[in-house]
This record gives sequence, C-alpha cells and structure tokens, in this order.
Amino acid sequence: MERILEILENDCNTSPAQIALMLDMKEADVVAAIEDFKKRGIILKNKSVINWEKTDKPIVTALIELKVTPQRGLGFDKIAERIYQYPEVKTVFLIAGAYDLTVIIEGKTMNEVARFVHSKLAPMECIVSTATHFVLKKYKVENIIFDDKIDDDRQVITL
Amino acid sequence: MTTFNPDKYLNEHIAKMPPSGIRKFFDAANNMEGAISLGVGEPDFMTPWHIRDAGIYSLERGKTHYTANAGLKELREEICLYLKRRFKLDYTQNEVLVTVGGSEAVDIALRSLINRGDEVLIPEPSFVCYKPCAEMAGGIAVPIATKAENGFKLTKEDILSHVTDKTKILILSYPNNPTGAIMTKEDLEEIVPVIVENDIIVISDEIYAELTYEGHHTSIASLDGMKDRCIVINGFSKAYAMTGWRLGYACGNEKIIKVMTKVHQYAIMCAPTTSQFAAIEALKNGDKSIETMTHEYNYRRKVIVDGFNKLGLTCFNPQGAFYIFPCIKSTGMSSDEFCRRLLDEEKLAIVPGTAFGECGEGFLRVSYAYSIEQINEALIRVERFLEKLKKGDIK
Repeated sequence: MERILEILENDCNTSPAQIALMLDMKEADVVAAIEDFKKRGIILKNKSVINWEKTDKPIVTALIELKVTPQRGLGFDKIAERIYQYPEVKTVFLIAGAYDLTVIIEGKTMNEVARFVHSKLAPMECIVSTATHFVLKKYKVENIIFDDKIDDDRQVITL
Repeated sequence: MTTFNPDKYLNEHIAKMPPSGIRKFFDAANNMEGAISLGVGEPDFMTPWHIRDAGIYSLERGKTHYTANAGLKELREEICLYLKRRFKLDYTQNEVLVTVGGSEAVDIALRSLINRGDEVLIPEPSFVCYKPCAEMAGGIAVPIATKAENGFKLTKEDILSHVTDKTKILILSYPNNPTGAIMTKEDLEEIVPVIVENDIIVISDEIYAELTYEGHHTSIASLDGMKDRCIVINGFSKAYAMTGWRLGYACGNEKIIKVMTKVHQYAIMCAPTTSQFAAIEALKNGDKSIETMTHEYNYRRKVIVDGFNKLGLTCFNPQGAFYIFPCIKSTGMSSDEFCRRLLDEEKLAIVPGTAFGECGEGFLRVSYAYSIEQINEALIRVERFLEKLKKGDIK
C-alpha cells in the first residue's frame, strides 16, 4: 500500500486506473485504499509545487528559529498550535538541538515578514528568543529541483 | 592533376555496409516541430548523484592518468563482488576486462575469437551491432529468427537448425533489445547441451540484466560447465543510467580475456579513468539506485503494454530491458511504412522492427525510457492514428 502513496506523492494526478496497472491491483481496490488514506489523515491534500520566483507575485520566505519555554502539561504542542494558526506560517517543526521550533513564514515583503515576527511571534510569553533567516533563493523544494532543465537532451543514437 | 576520390580508399565491405535503420527516423523527428519519440534506447534518468560525485571527486584528486589496460584493479575486484552478489558468477580480477561500454566488449570479443569464415549465430531480432561487428572481424553472421510465439526466446531447435561445422560462436542477448524477452534458468538449461555438444562459445551480452521485472536474471555462465565457454558482457549504461560514461566489461576465461586485452590495449589503451572511479562508487553503493529505477521502468512497462494491447497492437509480455515489441500485422502495413506514416500523421517517432533484423517485419520497437506523461501522450497519438486509418482518413 505504501507504493500507492509513493506514486501519488510523486504525481497526485496519476489516475487510480493507472496505479492499478502499475501495481497489478484492481482499480476498485486502489480507489478504496486512497479513500481510506484520506479518512485516516494519511493523504491530507493534493497540491502543486510552484516556483513563484518565475511569476510576478512577490513572495518573501523566512526561516525562524524559536527558543521557547514549554508549557507545563502541554509541552511544545500548545505553543506550536498557537503559532501554526497564523496563515503567514507555512511550516512548523519541533527540532532537537540548539533551538526548539523551526517556523517558515511567507509574506509579500521583508518588512511584512519582520513585522509579523516582532509583533506576533516575539511577544508571545513562552518565546525566549527568535532568529530570523531570509531565504535568498530556493534550489529544491518537495524533492523538485527548481532550476533543473527538463529538456530531453538524449542524442540520436543507434541503439 | 588527379581528382581525389575517397571511394577509392575506403574498405569496400565497410563502405557497403548499411547504416543502422534507427537513425533515419530520429533525423526526421528531430527536424519536426512538436514531434515526440518513443525511440531512444537509453535511460531517461540521470546518473545518480553519488556516482557523478565520485567521478567529480576523482578529478579533484587529479586522477587524470591512464589506468592499467584491463582497468583499475579496485574496479575489477568490485565487478567480481557485484557479479557474485547479483548473479552468482565466480570471477577473479584476472578474468575481467574493463571496456569502453559493452559495445567495445562485443567488438573485441568477436575480433579475438573469429578466424576468417567462422560462423556466428545471432538470434534476431537483436541489437544492431552484432552482425556488422562479426562481419568486420571476418566472420559470417548467421541470423536465427526467434518467434513471437516462443516469446522471442532461443530454442535448442533454433540452434540445431543453423549449426554447421563452421559454427564457432553464439551471441546471446537477454534481456533482449528490442523485444524485451528474457531467458529463464530453465530456458537456458534447455540450450546448454546443444551448445556443449557442438563445441560453441557463447558471447552473452547481459547489459540489461538488472532490468528484469519478473523473477531474477540468470546468467548462462552460472550454469554447470558453462563458465569457461562464455564471455559475459555487462556494463554500467543501463543499470546505473551511465550511457555517456562509456563503461562496460567482459568476463571470461583468463586466456581469452588476455587476448581481448591485447586488442583493447592497441585500439583503446584503457577505458576512461573518471568513469572507472565513478563505476567503483556505483558498484559499492548503487544497489538502491538500481532498485529505484527498475521500479519506475516496471510501472511504465505495465502502462505501455496495456495501452498497446488495448489499441489492438498486441505485444507479448516483455519481462526485461525497457522495450516492448508490439505486432502491427493487423494494420496490413509494413513496419517501415507504419513508422513513416505515424511520424508524418502524428509526429510520433517509433523504430520499425526491421531495424533489428528481417524477422522484425510486422513489429515495432517501442522504448519506455520515457516518463508516464510522455507515454500517455504517445498512446493518444497512436490511437488517433489507428482511428484515422480505420475511417480511411489517411491512405
């Protein structure tokens, strides 16, 4: 069943009929498995990976390291929940190491991102410190290389 | 003053030799706007990064000199370990010669074995180089037409009906380009007694060995009594998507390998050093990469076989390499005509089966070294082409 997930993770547009062919399954079984994955929260959403740098839409991405004081009885989860509710926040990870949470946020300008950090994140009582790193260029996201040439450059060959 | 006439200087036999039948379709497709192809016989994957990185690192360390003629000792040792691990073959490094691709290994094996007039059995349809290489070495190529109803396998009857007292070599090429056929252990055991009784030596081109989808590849050299009677040819192009690195190898009896090394030494000197260092990394840490690519090819194989069968261009189930060999006899067209019209009408380049021997007439070689999206698009074009034929929209 993991194979179904691997195929969909690589291309969510692959039809159940085609997956069934690839895996020697019945189409109905693939459809049922996908439904089950959705119900169990394993498949959460189908999305496109977009290189916004090639569009006119301005997007600034920042990675913020947060040191926090965990709340008694709730650990880090409650703090993470308060943070990930903001639509500006795209990703939140709990980290083992020199700091506790990695937060990736997006805004239209550096000012907008900075404002969000100092007016929303930094003032939270459990936040001990923040370190903001602005992303200058995205090379690879979700296993997709952004600058990769996809042209088929195989030459005429007599094989 | 005498006018220079290049024809006068050329080797007559080679000048008359026809070029590969694959090229003309690609040349036409390359100049056609919006044309797509299912014709290329090399992986669409890039060489895995850890292998490329090993090549780059060798350059950074200044490993830019010739290697030993037979290849780096470490590489030959790794080849022996790999062949033992994957195919139960027992070779020592003195029985291995590293070559410029599997193609060079085929060429020098034939040149090392053939005396003028020796006959070389070549099961067809087959890779395009065997016949010309055998003839250039002074041999007589004896094609054996394998049949779709036998799954394009070579049978003992096929061999017996072509053996003469001049027969010296059998070229065995499974998994097969262009049919995708394989020969199982049982299939090989059937032909071994005939090979031994007729004192034939086998050149076994196993370049697609890793791309075997149902079961595991068996090398004929791993069967009882066959090791010395075989020259096993393999390489890095298909399994590790390393076509451009030009690296292959031949394994066999030490005495034969020694003579082959002599030809290699005078013609080539040694295989590319950078490629040899990259290949060591491939053999040491590349099993996972093979698995990933093989899975992907297998997915595509199932999609494309199903697609062609549904269109009525039936093909037997290919179990190896990355080709299918559908039959187009139901259209009433020759392979060449079908491919030419398909290219003209739908801008889809596919290679006619006849490029791989006369018995390929009535078939196409379709490569699935393409993404699923490209394969789906190609299937749409073939379907549209067949519809037009049916409606009589094209003559």
